[in-house]
Amino acid sequence: MTHPTPGSAGNARGSEPVPGGLRCLFVDLFEYQARDLLASHGVPVLPGGVAETPEQAEAIAREIGQTVVVKAQVKTGGRGKAGGVKLADNAEDAKARAQDILGLDIKGHITHRVMVAQASDIAEEYYFSYLLDRSNRTFLAMASKEGGMEIEQLAVERPEALARIPVDATVGVDSQKAAEIVDAAGFPAEVRDQVIAIAVQLWDVFSKEDATLVEVNPLAKAPDGTVLALDAKVTLDENAGFRHAEHAALEDAASADPLEARAKEKDLNYVKLEGEVGIIGNGAGLVMSTLDVVAYAGEEFGGVKPANFLDIGGGASAEVMANGLEIILSDPAVKSVFVNVFGGITACDAVANGIVQALGILGDEATKPLVVRLDGNNVEEGRRILAEADHPLVTLVDTMDGAARRAAELAAA
Amino acid sequence: MSIFLNENSKVIVQGMTGSEGMKHTQRMLASGTAIVGGVNPRKAGQSVDFDGTSVPVFGGVAEAMKETGADVSVIFVPPPFAKAAVIEAVDAQIGLAVVITEGIPVHDSTNFWAHAQGGSTRIIGPNCPGLISPGRSNAGIIPANITKQGKIGLVSKSGTLTYQMMYELRDIGFSTAIGIGGDPVIGTTHIDALQAFQDDPETEAIVMIGEIGGDAEERAADFVKANVTKPVVGYVAGFTAPEGKTMGHAGAIVSGSAGTAQAKKEALEAAGVRVGKTPSETARLMREIVG
Repeated sequence: MTHPTPGSAGNARGSEPVPGGLRCLFVDLFEYQARDLLASHGVPVLPGGVAETPEQAEAIAREIGQTVVVKAQVKTGGRGKAGGVKLADNAEDAKARAQDILGLDIKGHITHRVMVAQASDIAEEYYFSYLLDRSNRTFLAMASKEGGMEIEQLAVERPEALARIPVDATVGVDSQKAAEIVDAAGFPAEVRDQVIAIAVQLWDVFSKEDATLVEVNPLAKAPDGTVLALDAKVTLDENAGFRHAEHAALEDAASADPLEARAKEKDLNYVKLEGEVGIIGNGAGLVMSTLDVVAYAGEEFGGVKPANFLDIGGGASAEVMANGLEIILSDPAVKSVFVNVFGGITACDAVANGIVQALGILGDEATKPLVVRLDGNNVEEGRRILAEADHPLVTLVDTMDGAARRAAELAAA
Repeated sequence: MSIFLNENSKVIVQGMTGSEGMKHTQRMLASGTAIVGGVNPRKAGQSVDFDGTSVPVFGGVAEAMKETGADVSVIFVPPPFAKAAVIEAVDAQIGLAVVITEGIPVHDSTNFWAHAQGGSTRIIGPNCPGLISPGRSNAGIIPANITKQGKIGLVSKSGTLTYQMMYELRDIGFSTAIGIGGDPVIGTTHIDALQAFQDDPETEAIVMIGEIGGDAEERAADFVKANVTKPVVGYVAGFTAPEGKTMGHAGAIVSGSAGTAQAKKEALEAAGVRVGKTPSETARLMREIVG
């Protein structure tokens, strides 16, 4: 059968949220980045390249010199159905298909790049992945000789067809372990040795690149018997950035929200949301809780919602507070701001000074009302400082619930 | 009583001579913790003065334990060296290793967790505020002056929500409060703490705080249903948090849970845990039980 190389792994990402993104600093790679990373560890892939213009796509197709597949590079599933994957018989055709696909909106993801790869005939499709199994605090290999389809569907309908083999983090995967995985999945004898070799190479990618997911779907057998990784998902651990300087270049700055990009430059842990109440707090858990409390309070005021997540961390210096306030106040959707700080290590007087100084730094740029709730270490002094400053934009409220309600009310006004 | 940490605990600090280590060693000492040593191979033999208390620095964990009888280590070692520090503590067979360090690669934490299996060390964290048994000992960065000794046990993924809940219930007090950390791979879990609180005669009721991600809360709910007879009140953060990162189908197949706050709340309620909508409502629910 002729199969446009897209493969259904394109659907594997996106439908299933793995929440906790506010804490887990994991970076999903684009397909072309994953392909390059796999290739750099010796995993067999088809020739291809990435293009940002139709002309670049044409040049890559010309070099390949046979039928190619042009694939939208977006971090979401359902590309095929959305018209983001097309076959092209020649270079001119590839240029035209790239023209169609570039700029395409796929589930809210604008296509900035396409991958142009040699189209392949496929005899059989398999599945192989390594991932972090957080529940069991170990790594896991999953493999099946029935790839290509939705792997989640396979796991539910025919769980016996998906082998799941734990991998000891202190031991890893050598060819013996790889053979155990491959045999558990019952790969056909004629591809066994190739898949074992690929399984070892994929472990190399997973362990040496500090990945939390390496998923190949489909792992395909071409009519000549060669086994290739046709589509792959890779997720990298940003915490390991200190030993992977080269990973910084894989981040997707172009698609990031402009406010998020500015916040990142200032080392702020900020996520843009679709609401009206700007949020600043300390500690990921408390800020998540603040979002919830504001959303509940907002139900009373016509469905007002939090506009962002911003965790300023332990030391809320005046500068950090000013940077955070500046980002939030420049968001046109923001109507009011809720500063929610529990002084644990940080003292509330330092936070209060930070707010006063931040408002001083911002001057006339600060135009939106601020509701501040301080509790904990040195709270009396903190409240006194804010009361004394008596800034016209600042309202001090004693409780988190009360402050959330006031901020929602102000945003709805 | 308290769990994991008491007035007899002898605490060493790995990474004591760094800036975070210095700051928090000072604070732990001020709250009455028996800090008996620091570890830094480059400063072995020296000692550090904390407001008149002289704390010796040892070259390694095993040596520090031998010289001082230490049974707890609090680890502030930076991420690139944290894995080696935890493994050193485990190999020295210290009873409790509290890993405060934030930003440890998950391959490293998975690795030191695997290394610790079959050993005698309890790991708390990483990326956690540690634990406090108020009035007795404080191992980590939890402020000691929020609350007093009492009858509530608290276990939480989040540091600041731990502080918030300790503050809301400060008049009743806590046997032990533990921040287990929000990283994908952690040592001590909600379940470990629930078991210990269940077994601790001083603890009368338990607050557990969770948040989106993973299936730890769902597992804890099953555990409560089967094993915990003391009243448990819960709180889950992250109902309105964005979907965050997506990791393909593979992750969901493994965890078997959507990991959403709603799924966790429902699991806890099905296990008989009363779940507050906000931190203050959670505190009110606890007051109805132990007030």
